[in-house]
Amino acid sequence: MTPKVADPQTVLLRADTLRREIGDDFRDRIVFSLYADAQRIADRSVHVGAKRGWDWDQKIDRIVTSPVLGLPIMLGILALIFWITIVGANVPSQMLAESFFVIEGAAVALFTDWGVPGWITGFIWNGVFRGLAWVVSVMLPPMAIFFPMFTILEDLGYLPRVAFNLDWLFRRSGAHGKQALTMAMGFGCNAAGVTATRVIDSPRERLIAILTNNFVPCNGRFPTLIMLATIFVGAAFPPAFASLAAAGAVVGVVLIGVGFTLLASWLLTRTVLQGAASAFTLELPPYRRPSMLRILYTSLIDRTIFVLWRAILTAAPAGAVIWILANIDVAGVSLAQRSADFLEPLGFAIGLDGVILLAYVIAIPANEIVVPTMLMVYMGVGSMSDVTSYDEIRTLLIDDQGWTMLTAVNLMLFSLLHNPCATTIITIWKETRSAKWTTIGSLMPLVFAFAVTFAVATIWRLFA
Amino acid sequence: MTTSATTQSGCETCPAHAQLAQMGVSLGKYDHLVALAGNPNTGKSSVFNALTGLRQHVGNWTGKTVMRAEGGYTLQNLRYKLVDLPGTYSLLSASEDEEISRNFLLFGRPDCTVVVVDATALERNLNLVLQVLEITDRVVVCVNLMDEARRKGLEVDVRSLSRDLGVPAVPTVARTKEGLQNLVQTVADVISGAVTTKPVRPPHPPELERAVDELVPLIEQSAPGLPNARWVALRLLDGDHKVRQALLSGELSDLELQQSAPVEEMSSVVALQGRQ
Repeated sequence: MTPKVADPQTVLLRADTLRREIGDDFRDRIVFSLYADAQRIADRSVHVGAKRGWDWDQKIDRIVTSPVLGLPIMLGILALIFWITIVGANVPSQMLAESFFVIEGAAVALFTDWGVPGWITGFIWNGVFRGLAWVVSVMLPPMAIFFPMFTILEDLGYLPRVAFNLDWLFRRSGAHGKQALTMAMGFGCNAAGVTATRVIDSPRERLIAILTNNFVPCNGRFPTLIMLATIFVGAAFPPAFASLAAAGAVVGVVLIGVGFTLLASWLLTRTVLQGAASAFTLELPPYRRPSMLRILYTSLIDRTIFVLWRAILTAAPAGAVIWILANIDVAGVSLAQRSADFLEPLGFAIGLDGVILLAYVIAIPANEIVVPTMLMVYMGVGSMSDVTSYDEIRTLLIDDQGWTMLTAVNLMLFSLLHNPCATTIITIWKETRSAKWTTIGSLMPLVFAFAVTFAVATIWRLFA
Repeated sequence: MTTSATTQSGCETCPAHAQLAQMGVSLGKYDHLVALAGNPNTGKSSVFNALTGLRQHVGNWTGKTVMRAEGGYTLQNLRYKLVDLPGTYSLLSASEDEEISRNFLLFGRPDCTVVVVDATALERNLNLVLQVLEITDRVVVCVNLMDEARRKGLEVDVRSLSRDLGVPAVPTVARTKEGLQNLVQTVADVISGAVTTKPVRPPHPPELERAVDELVPLIEQSAPGLPNARWVALRLLDGDHKVRQALLSGELSDLELQQSAPVEEMSSVVALQGRQ
């Protein structure tokens, strides 16, 4: 019954008939012969040399992915990375800040000599330039240390082991095990983490990974966390243990973030994104010796410079906005002060203050500039006092602004949980093409942030 | 099949040596289209980067290339466009990555397909090679990670491999660029016809072959211009829903149009990958 003109329907009908004739083990037979051929050819062209090397990969994997030691080793590595970052970044940060303030001072003096109007000098040097200087000195050293170490782990092949160790946790919360991988990418940049969720096939699980990626602190937020941990947590310990305690605090914050990732995934699975976790195979690649040159290139050029450049692009306008807010007076009180006063009750309720919330509003384009923004508002841009070391920041925050341990703890929590930055929001939109999910992705973290900090502040005040 | 006699040490004297130029994404027109396929984590992105000079993100974990990246290089005044397909273990299942890869191989009509394989896990990687050979004739197998194989005490006989597959096999270490000159030259030779390929297609059981033979002319009539009706026939006999639907909706022809349309925006894609 061969038809003269074959339309697709006839082709399919004929194919179905033939399929029934052949029997339904077709796929098995094809795959079986495929594997047999592959094996035959491989056997003929691969010869195992006499001196077969020690199989290090398996030995190492038995330890780093073991049910008992896997997680502690992971936490240890994480703590070590933060510790090195904290210890290493302190001095260069201070040196950078000092040189920037020398430049600022000299430039202001020069402009004054030239007779440039005070408001232009102020706008450029005390506004825009100071914003840039803060961002570069606070962010560059930690990034230049953190990113190469992170890239080494990635090149080495450790990330899939992390996914392997965490798989059961994600599966229990109804999410995909590969979410551990995209979460790890989020440490670098949440926008990159959101893009990386493409490795997850199931739309439901991919959406969960997108919506919860923000709960791991990205590199833009690490400097904030590291600074607060150093100033408040570290300082509460004897000097010998200060950096260790600070590193421990940052690890603690990261763990809380992972906890919220799991909690949010679990909640989404039980409510709007119901479904079962799908199975997948995860290949543990061989450990490879990282190529140092490429690591430096990837981590310094692709990551550090990229993030820094973005921070600079947003810091300059933010510096300008702050300067304008601080220098336009309405009825004798600056706009910055008025906005901060307006936000004060809300800030107090969640254990922070109005200035911090104002800084978060101004810093929506990029999380990196929250601390610089905050400090600039606190100091009042008109003043020329330069704050270059962590000790001075500590004095300013505790003695002048009345910060307590509660402020520091809640700021770390708020920084961890609050809404994603503008770039991440745009990326969520690009990946989901859905206004609904973009909104949920932006607001859900904010709700978490307010709820958690409010709860902590309330309980803290009850007992303090 | 004949292979070019280029050897490792002959590289410097090879006419291609001085003429390989990385073109990045700045290629408007191109002379030849080359697809890059392979299992995940075989160093495919390293091969891509080394040839094009681009910096697609490389990381030692499976499935990190989330977008189809494109770039180019020139060799002996000819421009080659290189398309990096997502890493897949096979072309048989319905995952998105596998579909992208096989659609490109079927309808993108690359002039040559380079399948990157891991020299330390040849058997698993050959599954994909054999499946690619079902779809297209002009294939070069890039046996990458030769350094790791050597370290593990494995000797890979690429001549024997090449003979058994019926297509050239080139040993490489993409990270150090070892063997890449030979690779691009072999690709050029396959495209120009200086090297002819005769891929092995292990015969299927006779009743399957009969069914395929009967379906092929029907498919060719209903979707004219389809490059590999035999493969489509095999997919239909397997009850592949995507291929069924594609045939019904006339998508098989549409796909062809989509794939041959110029793809821009590549620079932005590459930039995004660098952000990780």
